[in-house]
Amino acid sequence: MDDLRELYQQVILDHNKNPKNFGKIAAANRTAEGYNPLCGDRIDLYLQVEDDVIKDISFEGAGCAISKSSASVMTTVLKGKSIAEAEQLFKKFQKLITSEPGTEPDLKDLGKLAIFCGVREFPLRVKCAGLAWHTMVAALKNENTIVSTE
Amino acid sequence: MKTVVESLRVAGPPAYAVNGFDVERIRADFPILRQKVRGKPLVFLDSAATSQKPQVVIEAISNYYETQNANIHRGVYYLSELATNAYEGARQKIKEFINANSIKEIVFVRGATEGINLVASSYGRKNIKAGDEIVISAMEHHSNIVPWQMLCEETGAKLRVIPINDDGELILEEYQKLLNKKTKLVAIVHISNSLGTINPIKRIVDIAHDSKVPVLVDGAQAMPHTKVDVKKLDCDFFVFSSHKIFGPTGVGVLYAKEALLEKMPPYQGGGDMIKSVTFEKTLYNDLPYRFEAGTPNIAGAIGLGKALDYVAGIGYENIAAHEKELLRHATEALSTIKSLRIIGTAKEKAAVISFVIDGIHPHDVGTILDRDGIAIRTGHHCTQPVMARFKVPATSRASLAFYNTKTEVDLLVKGLHHVIKLMS
Repeated sequence: MDDLRELYQQVILDHNKNPKNFGKIAAANRTAEGYNPLCGDRIDLYLQVEDDVIKDISFEGAGCAISKSSASVMTTVLKGKSIAEAEQLFKKFQKLITSEPGTEPDLKDLGKLAIFCGVREFPLRVKCAGLAWHTMVAALKNENTIVSTE
Repeated sequence: MKTVVESLRVAGPPAYAVNGFDVERIRADFPILRQKVRGKPLVFLDSAATSQKPQVVIEAISNYYETQNANIHRGVYYLSELATNAYEGARQKIKEFINANSIKEIVFVRGATEGINLVASSYGRKNIKAGDEIVISAMEHHSNIVPWQMLCEETGAKLRVIPINDDGELILEEYQKLLNKKTKLVAIVHISNSLGTINPIKRIVDIAHDSKVPVLVDGAQAMPHTKVDVKKLDCDFFVFSSHKIFGPTGVGVLYAKEALLEKMPPYQGGGDMIKSVTFEKTLYNDLPYRFEAGTPNIAGAIGLGKALDYVAGIGYENIAAHEKELLRHATEALSTIKSLRIIGTAKEKAAVISFVIDGIHPHDVGTILDRDGIAIRTGHHCTQPVMARFKVPATSRASLAFYNTKTEVDLLVKGLHHVIKLMS
């Protein structure tokens, strides 16, 4: 049961019930759609980028607790960050959730994103946690394509 | 002596036995059901995705590889004769099982999906033109949507969809209205994999035939639950997959009326589907071999034949009675969970229960149940239009087979209470 509690931490459940930055930004100049065909999770991401800085960010969509809370936490973390910083965080986050269970996780610079460490015990759920992030990277590149986890 | 007496006492008919059907004896035939997963006894409630295999099927496959393996229809030596007889013996069994007229009507394919693709490619391309219409339903699996869409794209034909009501039943009046002079084919699912609805196939076929329209039936989910008699149904095409009816994956059957099959061009070219080949002209083989290019899944066909023997041994009456009781019990037990809603409440329903729980995504339900050793399917079940119809992104689905028990259903309910507690 411990690994389930680790996966569904209270903070994750809170973000799932009351996601932050949920909705559409009128001034968004970068958008992308993420899709996980495995479970039907769908996310629309809106970013307002000025001078290589993420001024504002929001999301809409339906998904499981992991994908929704991951999107919610991501938006709170990325607001005010530069594009380079956002891409750096994406790499670190991806590394964390795909790291070998039982090994010492590298939580440096990850801040509150560390709550997703439990995902690595559930290989089938890594895509859920990563969906918002992959969509964010696509939005920054301004790729007008649908990001799919498959 | 004491031991004998005790064992006799235990051997009495169990309370859950229906007409002599003993679920514990049945379960003993399935080695995988003895397994523990994640430290808990396996509770397998995903038979609509794929069913488990009885020991006799596993043995038939290994016996083939251990004692008979050779290519079929070719060798003049002993092993090839054994392999050919076993493969063709399986075809004969299938013919009898679904009551086809002749083995010429039984084409081995990779599965129901390939069967539908074969008909779309071969029959469809030849007979369906721009402006024609193909009728499917709102509850089709993607495998009975996409091949027709591809054909429509290629030919300029149109796809028409029979709507369903809030219980997940076909609206037959709407179906009748859809049929017209342009309708060239009806392709319809027998039992819905995501809703459990059992469609009135015989009526659907009769209605189409009144307008001289042929009907393809996707029987993938029907075969494990109900007796299929293609002669009685009078359907023109019927497809099913071996792995849903307790046989191995990678093999399935297309049944087609001989008169239709006779006029259909080959689907794939290659060995075994020809009589003679020169660079100028190739003469195609007789039915059904014309549609079986390349070395087939020989062991798979043999395994399927054995699976059908096994099902016949249990009897569809016993299967139906046990599953009906399981469905009743499961529907009642799940209905006690206030935040749970069952999607698919047709009057005629197989033991498939899709549901959603307020505020909890099916994917989370699946992960948490898995930790209790309970395997259910979560997602859209390859029926995205059904999800859209009921305005849900996904559902959790428990699909039951004759080897499941009421105790397992109770464990599911207990597990769901755990899910709700953990996620609140």
